[in-house]
Amino acid sequence: MSKTLVEKIWDAHVVKSEAGFPDILYIDTHLIHEVTSPQAFDGLRKRGLPVFRPQQTVATADHNVPTIDQLKPIKEELSRYQVDMLTKNCAEFGIELYGLGHPFQGIVHVIGPELGITLPGKTMVCGDSHTSTHGAFGAIAFGIGTSQVEQVFATQCLLQQKPKTMKIEVNGTLGKGVGAKDIILYIISQISAAGGTGYFIEYAGSAIEALSMEARMTICNMSIEMGARGGLIAPDQTTFDYIKGREFAPAGAEWDKALAYWKTLFSDADAEFDKVLTFEAKDITPMITYGTNPGMGMGIQENIPATNAQPDKEQLSFQKALDYMGFDDDSSLIGKPVDYVFIGSCTNSRIEDLREVAEFVKDRQKAENVTVWIVPGSKQVEQQAKNEGLDKIFEHAGFQLREPGCSACLGMNEDKIPAGKYCVSTSNRNFEGRQGPNSRTLLVSPLTAAAAAITGRITDVREMLAEA
Amino acid sequence: MKKFEKLTSAIVPLNIENIDTDQIIPARFLKATTREGFGENLFRDWRYNGDNTLKLDFVLNDPTYSGQILVAGKNFGCGSSREHAAWAIQDAGFDVVISSFFADIFKGNALNNGLLPVQVSDDFLSAIFAAVAANHKAQLNVDLENQTVTIADTGESTGFEINAYKRSCLIHGYDDIDFILNQKHLIQEFEQAK
Repeated sequence: MSKTLVEKIWDAHVVKSEAGFPDILYIDTHLIHEVTSPQAFDGLRKRGLPVFRPQQTVATADHNVPTIDQLKPIKEELSRYQVDMLTKNCAEFGIELYGLGHPFQGIVHVIGPELGITLPGKTMVCGDSHTSTHGAFGAIAFGIGTSQVEQVFATQCLLQQKPKTMKIEVNGTLGKGVGAKDIILYIISQISAAGGTGYFIEYAGSAIEALSMEARMTICNMSIEMGARGGLIAPDQTTFDYIKGREFAPAGAEWDKALAYWKTLFSDADAEFDKVLTFEAKDITPMITYGTNPGMGMGIQENIPATNAQPDKEQLSFQKALDYMGFDDDSSLIGKPVDYVFIGSCTNSRIEDLREVAEFVKDRQKAENVTVWIVPGSKQVEQQAKNEGLDKIFEHAGFQLREPGCSACLGMNEDKIPAGKYCVSTSNRNFEGRQGPNSRTLLVSPLTAAAAAITGRITDVREMLAEA
Repeated sequence: MKKFEKLTSAIVPLNIENIDTDQIIPARFLKATTREGFGENLFRDWRYNGDNTLKLDFVLNDPTYSGQILVAGKNFGCGSSREHAAWAIQDAGFDVVISSFFADIFKGNALNNGLLPVQVSDDFLSAIFAAVAANHKAQLNVDLENQTVTIADTGESTGFEINAYKRSCLIHGYDDIDFILNQKHLIQEFEQAK
């Protein structure tokens, strides 16, 4: 019987399937961090259980860590306690921890792929909704709550309903100044912040196949922003080339065996999806969000939609979002002054993102009115940026290159955007207060963020590329 | 896990769509390492001004409304997977959340904690908001066994869907770990066969 990629991987991991019950799904790899794990460890202690497969569990500290002076004790008491608890819990339960100071430390969704932990055909979970990132390798990867973290600790399995499947095809060639972030912001703006709920999405089509692994991760990362639990892309030569030689990737005979299996991981030609959507790359321009959910996005040259053009029941929420952002409906964002630019997060903090920004800002300097933070996704990304001299370019441009962590994406540490200020951000969520109480977030690609940093205003990056 | 069978209660109406878990409990309050106490900061930035004074026009600060049922606009609980959102709602005294659409992860988290998410049609949701606008103390009956919600004042009633396994867990107070642990031999067999 023909199967979709999701069905192939899912079916290979079902321990038990019984009518009327969710499947018992085996989890190959469990990633954990300091914020959503402590209550799960407590649960194990209360039940008197060990971690069933500690060697299939990897931990890092990312959500709540400072991005300057990481090797000094964390100043904020609750944050320090939470990070210390992770260290203590990992020691007690025998889990490998890449904590602060470790050369592998970083955002959990950046380190998995760069260490070769993320592999095609795997099932992977983490107490973080952006776990969908790992789907870029052709893995089933999804975010879970803390009760489920405890479940995986205790059993290496999850009770899960098999998801519905959706294929999203993007065909054609992207225009100049348009990248993976623009593709995914465009898709979300077309199908809404809830349009993918209940589905696992397979991204396909020539525009997706042409993307690098890092760009594919940006796409899969934001699947959750349309409500989809996971998103994935069939592995191909680009995938295999990226994985080969990485720290924990299979090698030698193991590599050959793995590769043979990975090459079977694609949706069969006649496999049926529950839903199929098709988009054209030529319709996508640099994107920006104007509201308070990631579905409220538009091409940067477009006007914010009119409130009275929204369905009746949605007008109140729509206008509330514009009021929060301080924007008028039916108006353009081009030329609006910005206060902060944040380049980072599990969406856009990899070496390619930093290279792209560096190439653009080389010999340029930031506008005076803007504070620019670049937060690399991992210690390895940070080191690579320094090896390539990107740090010098950023310094010259007046950008602050910080140390790895989730940082201002969610404002859990001290990297917060002040109330009322506008932040042009490469992160994934523009929710009210996401980057700090009453902060205002505009989601964009790294290139569009870099353009805003240089001009101090919302700018169509294509006009600056034409100059060069 | 907390058991749930039936509830009759007044409601707290929150007629906003796409309420994300960052609104339910902002990230800066996720530093606790236990499950308790998150209710204090439920909808923190909607309930409080920057100087920590109460925003009196927000529904949770309005003594006119009370009850163990929170009713909200569609796509409730989108965004971050933080289970703290379900803990905060429960800690603030709610046992049921009603919406016309729930985000996946939130729904799962709620069910895993004995907080019942009830999905109704857009029209029925509007009928609930209308009933509470007419009578701020309007009551709802939520019956898990029969999977029905009824507006007491008007008698309007609707059914709701819930996975039969999850319904049974809620009624008996069982959780998924108990269920899977009973089948651990199957997991070991699966690992050996791999």
